[in-house]
Amino acid sequence: MAAQSPDIGAAAILAGPPVVVERRLPAWRRLGWSFWTAVSWLALVTVAALLGPLLPFADPNVQDLASQGAGPGAGHVLGTDSLGRDMLSRLVAGARISLTVGYASTLLGMLAGTLLGLLAGYVRGRLEAVVVATLDAVLAFPALVLVLAVTTFIGHDIRIIVAIIGFLGIPAFGRVSRAVTLALAQREFVLAARAMGAGDLRILALEILPNVVAPVLTFALLGVAVAMIAEGALAFLGLSVPPPAASWGAMVAEGRSTLDTAPQVSLVPATVFFLTIFALNLSADRLRRVAEVRESRL
Amino acid sequence: MLAFVRARLAHLLPVLFVVTCFSFLLTSFLPGDIALVMAGPNATPQSVAALREQLQLDQPLPVRYVDWLGRAVRGDLGRSPRSQQKVTDAIRERLPVSLELLVLAELIGLLVAVPVGVLSAHRAGGPLDQAASGAAFGILAIPGFVVAIVLIYVFAVQLNLVPATGYTPLLDDPLANLRSFFLPALTVGLGEAAAYTRLLRSDMIATLQEDYIAMARAKGLPTWHILLRHALKPSSFTLLTVLGINIGRLMGGALIVETIFALPGIGRLLVESIYARDLIVVQGVVAFVAVAFVLVNFGVDLLYGVLDPRIRHGRAVA
Repeated sequence: MAAQSPDIGAAAILAGPPVVVERRLPAWRRLGWSFWTAVSWLALVTVAALLGPLLPFADPNVQDLASQGAGPGAGHVLGTDSLGRDMLSRLVAGARISLTVGYASTLLGMLAGTLLGLLAGYVRGRLEAVVVATLDAVLAFPALVLVLAVTTFIGHDIRIIVAIIGFLGIPAFGRVSRAVTLALAQREFVLAARAMGAGDLRILALEILPNVVAPVLTFALLGVAVAMIAEGALAFLGLSVPPPAASWGAMVAEGRSTLDTAPQVSLVPATVFFLTIFALNLSADRLRRVAEVRESRL
Repeated sequence: MLAFVRARLAHLLPVLFVVTCFSFLLTSFLPGDIALVMAGPNATPQSVAALREQLQLDQPLPVRYVDWLGRAVRGDLGRSPRSQQKVTDAIRERLPVSLELLVLAELIGLLVAVPVGVLSAHRAGGPLDQAASGAAFGILAIPGFVVAIVLIYVFAVQLNLVPATGYTPLLDDPLANLRSFFLPALTVGLGEAAAYTRLLRSDMIATLQEDYIAMARAKGLPTWHILLRHALKPSSFTLLTVLGINIGRLMGGALIVETIFALPGIGRLLVESIYARDLIVVQGVVAFVAVAFVLVNFGVDLLYGVLDPRIRHGRAVA
């Protein structure tokens, strides 16, 4: 992420005097109301997705032929799509797919990428050269093309989608954790642990890993956003989970043909999608800024 | 400079090898019999056998790769079994559309980002900065296909200014051509503008803290002169890197945007070939796209060396 490093300097400059005041506040206050609004929205969407089938909403796949492309009103809180299916139910069902792909593939990419990055940044030498070159090559490959090809030829199963999007996330996590590890490995506390006779494995697990977790988790929020956008794009092209299953990207695409008569069919899921990505980006950004202030005090 | 170029070349060749390898393997690692998949449901055993012969599936994988690579570097990426068109001809036909989209989108991105980024940095924390930062942050959270839908809704459905989809070749009718590119270029360009504004703003703020800027101010040089002549160039490296990455990426066409707006570019070719299971075309186009991406970034790396002598001499790390 080329955008991250220069931002650090800018944030430090911008943060100037007000930060001194902010520092005395407890961490949860320092994150600000925007952070907690974003987190509340994410929590709401996640809970809705988890409880989805238990909620007293209409069946997302049942067509109400009496109202097709209807606006919000009695019976259907957010209206219906062009086949007369309840929008709210489909949004909740879509959240299950979008969030599963977002969270699961990020978890996969994060675990594999962080492990590689830790090893590369700590062991250095030939291993690092091989890892970095491989990650660069994967990054150079057109990601969406790979996803499209794999899902077309292997299948549209959600597990395959999670696996391939997760695989593509490995280089980003590898780079972040390697950069953090490189910096940490030079620090005094690592030297102190080594002087006290700690082995490499112990240093990696007990000294370095705990310090890598925070930046990696912050980065993971962005990863979830990217993974959800990738699934959305796939669904938009009709190559994610097959219909009639709902996915936010597919819902936006389905409403495209009725943009002139019933624009809300497309625009409602588009708004929900935007709010979720925005909430993920915003919370990652706030966490990063607060972490930087703390880091600069060390 | 020569040593610098040589060092970059040494890095380029292995990446090119891995990337072409990957493009080739993409189609070989798919499960099942490729010939059977490609021939489709109505294939006769004879046509499958002919296809297998054409693809040389009886040969071992490394032999096929070397053979494919050898022909690829000579400009032969094979022939589509579906349309009988040469892959290179298909790419040549589609490339101008993707390039036009690329140029227009990057122009929109830079024309917005450079003035807004410079002015935001000049009055960091001011009203323009806050508005621009907020807008950029919001735009970056909208997936491309959602931007496209919203733009179609506003400009084509509500205002009826431009066609929602469709394509007119440049030479047939330049004005209609620009109209057909307006929405797709804006869709891509908006995202680029937001990203570039953020990059340029933060780099520029850092540059404006430098001593030589204070020196220029002390000499009484006009503000615009300091901003554009002294601060812009050294602040544009991150912007240039990301511009390079984006150009490399867009060389392969914008898959989603070209599909939504029905532009016959490289991205559309790829999506069509994937839908049609035309593996020869997929393989050829993917190789082309990946190699183009790597080469554009190689060019950007060299450009750094020209712009900043410190990088050429290996004292600064970009």
